[in-house]
Amino acid sequence: MERSEIFDKIQEILVDALAVDDDEVTNEATLIGDLGAESIDILDISFKLEQEFGFKIEQGELFPEGITQDPDYVEAGKVTAKGLQMLKERVPHFNFTDLEADPSVENVSKIFTVEALVTFCEQKLQAA
Amino acid sequence: MRWMWIDRIVELVPKERMVAIKQISMAEEHLHDHFPSTPTRKAMPVMPMSLIVEGMAQTAGVLVGHAEDFKQKVVLAKVSKAKLTKDATPGCTLRYTATIEQFTTAGASTKGIVELIEPSATGEGNVEVIGQIDLLFSHLDNNMGGVEYPEENFVFSESFKTLMETSGIEANF
Repeated sequence: MERSEIFDKIQEILVDALAVDDDEVTNEATLIGDLGAESIDILDISFKLEQEFGFKIEQGELFPEGITQDPDYVEAGKVTAKGLQMLKERVPHFNFTDLEADPSVENVSKIFTVEALVTFCEQKLQAA
Repeated sequence: MRWMWIDRIVELVPKERMVAIKQISMAEEHLHDHFPSTPTRKAMPVMPMSLIVEGMAQTAGVLVGHAEDFKQKVVLAKVSKAKLTKDATPGCTLRYTATIEQFTTAGASTKGIVELIEPSATGEGNVEVIGQIDLLFSHLDNNMGGVEYPEENFVFSESFKTLMETSGIEANF
């Protein structure tokens, strides 16, 4: 499936799940910051992606869970090197450039962009 | 006693589908305070739509809870869609049909149809689909935030047990 086709399907899913307008769903938009997704929306979006694309998504596979509460991964408000390494292993569909430049814990949610979601689905479809 | 918005479970296909009914009675106090009018009809007692959503949440919630023997704390997390096209008035019966769409360790999504059965003098009343209510439930102990809750299952209380027993369904919780 072409990347643009994946984007179109994801755009439709996000419009439905988050009650946002089409034009708000851009590649650069962050799900939590720009589109207002809450934790339960991530579950909703996972269900909708599974239905649309026919693959299974394990809990925590799409977006990492519990990282900010783990002292191994966060220290003095910054994601540790161990935390960054763990993120790269668990959620390789994210772009870590900005988080590496400023590993403040509030920046973790900013890596969850629409583009990352498209990459995630693209990788899942290729692996299937 | 929990505020129950379904009276009887009339069908349960485990992990798949549940049908429950609610008889709307003029004796219910909330109807005396809910008298909306519309441009096409005068004010009359009407079942609040928010409580119809709650009825569906209880129907679908029991279905999701039953799927894992009520070991999970099943909480309504999101009303994905709620569309109701007709008012439900005293004397009518609401019939809720909830179907599990997806089910994982984290939660479940359900689809729901609401039917309104108008009473008639000859028995079986007129049945009309009046709405669709799709919901998302979370299994609280597997929440993404990692928040811990008491061990006791405070969601499925004695009221739900009574509902199941009066519906002829075994309830071991």
